[in-house]
Amino acid sequence: MSDLITLTAAQMAAKLAAGEISSVELTQAHLDRIAAVDGEINAFLHVNADEALETAAEVDRLRAAGGAQADALHPLAGVPVAVKDLIVTRGQPTTSGSKMLEGWMSPYDATVVTKIRQAKLPILGKTNLDEFAMGSSTEHSAYGPTRNPWDTSRIPGGSGGGSAAAVAAFEAPLALGTDTGGSIRQPAAVTGTVGTKPTYGSVSRYGAIAMASSLDQIGPAARTVEDAALLHELIAGHDPKDSTSLPEPVPGFGTAAGNHEVAGMRIGVIKQLQGTGYQDAVLARFQESLELLRSAGAQIVEVDCPSFEYALGAYYLIMSSEASSNMARFDGVRYGQRVLPDQPPVTIERVMGATRAAGFGEEVKRRIILGTYALSAGYYDAYYGSAQKIRTLIQRDFEAAFASADVLISPTSPTVAFPLGEKLQDPMAMYLNDIATIPANLAGIPAISVPGGLAEGLPVGVQFLAPARGDAEVYHAGRALEKLLNDDAGTPVWAQVPDMEVAK
Amino acid sequence: MPEISRADVEHLSALAHIAMTDEELDKMTGELGVIVDSVKSVQEAAADEVPATSHPVELRNVFRRDEVGHVFTAEESLANAPDAQDGRFKVPAIMDGE
Amino acid sequence: MSQSTTDAAPLSFEAALETYEPVMGFEIHVELNTATKMFSSAPNAFGDDPNTNVNEVDLGMPGALPVLNGAAVESAIKLGLALNCQIASFCRFARKQYFYPDTPKNWQTSQYDEPIAFDGHLDVELDDGEVFRIEIERAHMEEDAGKLTHAGGTGRIQGSEYSLVDYNRAGVPLIEIVTKPITGAGARAPELARAYATAVRDIVKGLNISEARMERGNVRCDANVSLMPKGSATFGTRSETKNVNSLRAVEHAVHYEIRRHAGVLSAGGSVVQETRHWKEDSRTTSSGRPKSDADDYRYFPEPDLVPISVTADWVEQLRAQLPEPPAERRRRLREAWGFSEAEFRDVVAAGLIDQIEETVAHGAAPAAARKWWMGEISRLAKTRDADPAALDVQPATVVELNQLVEQGRINDKIARQVLEHHLAGEGAPSHIVTVRGLEVVSDDGALTAAVEKAMAENPDVVEKVQGGKLKAIGALIGPVMKETQGQADAAKVKEIVLEKLGMTP
Ligand SMILES: [Mg+2]
Ligand SMILES: [Zn+2]
Repeated sequence: MSDLITLTAAQMAAKLAAGEISSVELTQAHLDRIAAVDGEINAFLHVNADEALETAAEVDRLRAAGGAQADALHPLAGVPVAVKDLIVTRGQPTTSGSKMLEGWMSPYDATVVTKIRQAKLPILGKTNLDEFAMGSSTEHSAYGPTRNPWDTSRIPGGSGGGSAAAVAAFEAPLALGTDTGGSIRQPAAVTGTVGTKPTYGSVSRYGAIAMASSLDQIGPAARTVEDAALLHELIAGHDPKDSTSLPEPVPGFGTAAGNHEVAGMRIGVIKQLQGTGYQDAVLARFQESLELLRSAGAQIVEVDCPSFEYALGAYYLIMSSEASSNMARFDGVRYGQRVLPDQPPVTIERVMGATRAAGFGEEVKRRIILGTYALSAGYYDAYYGSAQKIRTLIQRDFEAAFASADVLISPTSPTVAFPLGEKLQDPMAMYLNDIATIPANLAGIPAISVPGGLAEGLPVGVQFLAPARGDAEVYHAGRALEKLLNDDAGTPVWAQVPDMEVAK
Repeated sequence: MPEISRADVEHLSALAHIAMTDEELDKMTGELGVIVDSVKSVQEAAADEVPATSHPVELRNVFRRDEVGHVFTAEESLANAPDAQDGRFKVPAIMDGE
Repeated sequence: MSQSTTDAAPLSFEAALETYEPVMGFEIHVELNTATKMFSSAPNAFGDDPNTNVNEVDLGMPGALPVLNGAAVESAIKLGLALNCQIASFCRFARKQYFYPDTPKNWQTSQYDEPIAFDGHLDVELDDGEVFRIEIERAHMEEDAGKLTHAGGTGRIQGSEYSLVDYNRAGVPLIEIVTKPITGAGARAPELARAYATAVRDIVKGLNISEARMERGNVRCDANVSLMPKGSATFGTRSETKNVNSLRAVEHAVHYEIRRHAGVLSAGGSVVQETRHWKEDSRTTSSGRPKSDADDYRYFPEPDLVPISVTADWVEQLRAQLPEPPAERRRRLREAWGFSEAEFRDVVAAGLIDQIEETVAHGAAPAAARKWWMGEISRLAKTRDADPAALDVQPATVVELNQLVEQGRINDKIARQVLEHHLAGEGAPSHIVTVRGLEVVSDDGALTAAVEKAMAENPDVVEKVQGGKLKAIGALIGPVMKETQGQADAAKVKEIVLEKLGMTP
């Protein structure tokens, strides 16, 4: 295993800028790593070697030539990145982890992909996910599950298990994820990496295949808080193609992630996000993190968010309703698979029915049916309408909490990574994984998951939340805890992952 | 709230255009029942006077200027079509005996 | 209900009206003439190659998102104001969900319980001047669907083997205007239907927010008809005749549906609530899709678009831009021009108000302007199978032509030729007259010679004139014209003949 790939993205960027390493060398090292370990991990659905090396060579050429063009290069130019396969890319297939889109080539790039191309980050490929991002374990991918680099018999979290596992296994220093109910943060937690769900509207959703439009956000996956902040800064900003994109200029998230001072910071512990359902070891690590923060001068307070009791229910109603609608376009008419019915007559109605029956997996169908039910005649007020009211109550809870705390804190996931297959037959048990991450999506606020230590050799995540548009604050708080834990353990969590190549 | 019956699920699968076998309908009826039970508390907690939040971050009046942007060629439009003819998407007969 | 009752023969219109009172309702879809689609920056254009006016948004591609066209919103507000509606201070779009291959996302982005304009009215004038108030329930924004062509079988939906889809029209901005139920029109219902559709077409044309060409589907009318027994206040079951695409057809469709409903009801049957297709050839309707419980559109607010809030300032700014309402303008012009009811109605029907107004503005007398546009120009248009308004004749050209005639430099017959040369691209009328040497022969020598020749060749005519039959001179004009290649002035010919015969003109 090349030493290059265990650097942080910031370190890679610095070495590239100093001319100590080339982007081709760095990109090739990651491609070699993918070749070595991805047969086991299955983080990638598509590896984009040729184009990645071309981009890398271009960056090297520009740097070597010097002058204005070299000076104008983005600080992360030449640092490779992986893209969750829910985000559309020209020149590479986009499947969403679904049979429905097998072989589909997007005729356009997502806005975040355009930004990445403009900044000249080599795109290593597309990462695995639960089909259409519907799941918490990456087991609902039509192309096989991704495995957790910490223990390949366990799930890497989901839906962005591919991006998190790729980053944890040194297959990529940076990756893009999407987070509708925790799909960036929960995988980060169970793979010992960092993941951020930005404020709703901070990053353009244009080109992210929608699950639930009012909840979805694209965000960064990385090994360190600083790396996540740098990638977030690169992909953020107003996009006229996304009506829900925030108009404000992007603050310097990287700078915020350089600040690890917590003296005087008021950190609110959410009463409702601990206790029943949370593993003892997860709670123990969480308490240790609180102690470290307190000893560094942070003021730990408890905050009450009574409406969180209804968050999971509201989430499942809003998410499934919007998902049932967003999934309607997959009908075998304009793109994607078309499946003919077994029996005549071959009418378009029956072709759509057969196409959607064959193209969608079980979890996608479950959510479409639930959402169709929730929106169908007579139930709108009771379900979708009520859930939107709960959303208001949750926002009010956060508002009250942020009156007495600068950031809030909770465990990211109630458990460590569980064994593959364990919850596959129990949808409700699977849904409970998202209990701590969902409120941020309902309220639209930013949240980060940072490593919170290990429990019996498996990573535990700690989540920080800040008010809407306060993304810089989650990087500040996240960086502070990251540094305290690294100093305490003498090494970062991510560096302790078992060596896959040796294991083989 | 009424219980979810198998007939309900059958109706929903028709609305959602997903063909389902008898087994799938049975399984889905059971699962949906459990899920719907678990989300029932939502309507009890949602009092009348609470306003609905449709967008987590409030924005208003986001408009586009009426200027032509990028357009596909017919080839680009049809590049992923399961079936096409004469520059158009081809689909089986629309309705059965409408 | 049994087949026999629904298939009952239509009653005569008179018989239907004896027993029943018709109730109408209209949904008119107006296609806006914006440069781009409602939610995408692809061109809003008609007649191009299939699937070339689309991008990922119009094709409902995964990941694509809508952004609202600000110009379409302003058009909607203007139309709302012209229909005397309230403009909502806050409104949103919703997804209307149903699967159909011409609908790329399998939902139509429309407005549901929050239309941008509501509670309006429109005063519609019938041919005899009677004014009828139509109450407008709402006008809302939505997007159009693509176009399906059914192939194989009969070419209609029924029995077709496959269909082809062109999404160029998908996403074209629409405003749907919905009336409240219209009662009390009685036998004038069909006429009122046409008058209402005409009024709406004229308004959107006047606002310049739509091409307003019904034959192209820029304005599409769905007509709802039901009957209730006279004296009853309970509405009957309605039928909805879809996409009636001419003003006449709107009138005929309502007329036919009243007769058909009456036939069904009188036979003891009950009307089926369904959509009907208009058949122009037989001037009848045929059964379409029955409305059923399956129409569960699962509306919910479109989360990919943000709400619209329209301030009072914005409304007033747009109100200030509104043109004079078409009905008021017509009243004003008719008085100013002094046309009779019939003359004015013909001008309106020919779609020539604008042309005549401009021609008058350029200095022509209203009667002269009318004479040119309704006469010669309309005749030429007819031979070209075109609308007179669509011919490339400018009001200034008409004024010039008219002056040439009034000055006696050309006669009416030559003027017709000049107009044809003008349309062939030969330039301004006076230029054509000069270059082609078309000026009326005023040189007495040449004309006198031609007259003398004609008189010598037609002694019988000369005899009649001498006998006091002055009208007989007309028979000499033909030969004189022939001799002078049409460049003679008829009045002058008459003058010379009388002079030669020693008679006083
Ligand atoms: Mg309608
Ligand atoms: Zn409509």
